[in-house]
Amino acid sequence: MGQTYIEKIFQLHSRDEVKPGAIIWLDLDVRSARDFAGANVVQNFRREYPGESVADAGRTFFTFDCNAPANTIPYADNQQICRKFASEQGIRVYDVDAGIGSHVLIDQGHCVPGSTVVGTDSHMNILGAVGAFGQGMGDQDIAFAFKTGKTWFEVPASMRIVLRGHPPQATSAKDLVLAVLREIGSRGVLGLAAEFSGEAVDMLDIDGRITLASMVTEMGGIIGLIQPDQQVIEYIRERSSAQFAADLGPDADADYVRTVEIDVSGLQPLIACPPNPSNVKTVSDVAGRPIDSVFIGSCTNGRLADMREVVRLVRGRRVAQGVVAVVVPSTREVFGSMLRDGIIEELYRAGFVISNAGCGGCASGQIGMTGTGQVHISTSNRNFRGKQGNGETYLASPATAAASAILGRIASSIDLEERKVL
Amino acid sequence: MMTKAMIQPADQLTGRVLTITTPDGTLIDDIDTDMIYHNSHLAVTEIEQMAQHAFGNLENWQEFPRICRKGDILVCGRNFGTGSSRQHAVDCFIALGIQAIIARSFGAIYKRNAINSGLPIITAPELQTIIGCRQKSQTPTLTVNLSTGILAYADGIELKAQPMSGVQLDIYRSGNLFAFGKTL
Repeated sequence: MGQTYIEKIFQLHSRDEVKPGAIIWLDLDVRSARDFAGANVVQNFRREYPGESVADAGRTFFTFDCNAPANTIPYADNQQICRKFASEQGIRVYDVDAGIGSHVLIDQGHCVPGSTVVGTDSHMNILGAVGAFGQGMGDQDIAFAFKTGKTWFEVPASMRIVLRGHPPQATSAKDLVLAVLREIGSRGVLGLAAEFSGEAVDMLDIDGRITLASMVTEMGGIIGLIQPDQQVIEYIRERSSAQFAADLGPDADADYVRTVEIDVSGLQPLIACPPNPSNVKTVSDVAGRPIDSVFIGSCTNGRLADMREVVRLVRGRRVAQGVVAVVVPSTREVFGSMLRDGIIEELYRAGFVISNAGCGGCASGQIGMTGTGQVHISTSNRNFRGKQGNGETYLASPATAAASAILGRIASSIDLEERKVL
Repeated sequence: MMTKAMIQPADQLTGRVLTITTPDGTLIDDIDTDMIYHNSHLAVTEIEQMAQHAFGNLENWQEFPRICRKGDILVCGRNFGTGSSRQHAVDCFIALGIQAIIARSFGAIYKRNAINSGLPIITAPELQTIIGCRQKSQTPTLTVNLSTGILAYADGIELKAQPMSGVQLDIYRSGNLFAFGKTL
């Protein structure tokens, strides 16, 4: 019997026998903490290991992204606790200017295909986009990982999600992942590792892969792995000198609990309606509802490709009167590219609020909370009641969010480009 | 948590049951970490201060910190604790003295966080049936055996759930992940 993708990665990082259900000790290549829970990690570490050093400061990072720069005193205090600890321990801090930690770890070359990475971010499994094992954990787990470089982990069984066909031009990776959520729901990958494959996945660039992998958390999954193609391998090699097995992937005779096949050749723009990410409808089902605000960003859709798609649609147009539209790039690198390519200026001219890199409204920080009765379209990944404020949050692609911002109502890019009168 | 580490906890627990349902008695599925412990209180680092926010964003259960008693056992639906990695969503229950959480299934990160903190959790996929029976009877006391997975209500209704695994029991018996780590 062959091994699945996650079993292959685990086997490279464990001396234990790796099979579904087994609890193994896993060596961690990278351990990180954010400003959220980072101070709790430090508190745990100081209490449990007073005066001791982390296992390997060179593999340990802080990434501040939730509340950047801090807009509450408790967050400012917590960030400062992390900075002080980092300075004592020789740990690198990607501070409030850097952007979303999981993206920074890819873009700064700390995460490579086949590596194992943990952090205090429940979307750390986004690293499955480059064929790495990423996992969000609580502050005790992370403090333990800082100290030992290891974690215990129950090897999950795996399932396959095969996306067949070529999706239409007007759809994007976000529509693909919403299509998967529509098909299998909030518990569709519960406790499992998913492996994405199929023509529609092969076609995705690294930014699209990040979007697809980012919402496995919303399906209850441990991770969604995508085997890197040449483009992804080159992207990583430009950023990291680390050795890695570029061809690592599942064995042909690996065992899966199930395979879900979805034909996406007729895919339409999709939208997750309140109050949960699996409440997915077509944009045309809910089109026309007036909106109050738009958020474009997050670990799901804050990449350069997302920004390019937004600017393509809003160029020469203006955000509808009465609508607040906010753009938050995922990283400083994305911000820099937007600046260089003139995207910032075009978004400014179109009437967008543009913030520094980070998580935006997702973690109750920075920018983009909603008030009672507010109808909000977000490119992020969660719309649970109260998550982004008291308003009603819809989750959609950057194209749908941009089109809705311009028209002042829920609309797809097709609606915008055809100027459909509703 | 600190005091727990000093005495070896028992594998068999008995306590009053609080079943987390809608007003019509249905177990609530997909209770996420923002409903358990809202993100507006994430800057809190002291466990005692987390107690007051437990279920603070869960419809009809905002009074939970005042309703629950030390030693209570929570009974919940599917995918309990889905969402973020925040330890607060476990620690708020520990601060209130909740003895164990039983659910039809758990979010993966939540399950780890609970185990690491020494808060026992039991996965009982068939829980819906026992809840149906329970509504006919009024004895709200439950005995949970963590190593066999047997759930027994005081009036004799029993259900076999999934026992905690070896490493999970080791961590629980040590008190928490850190105490367990020191035994290795």
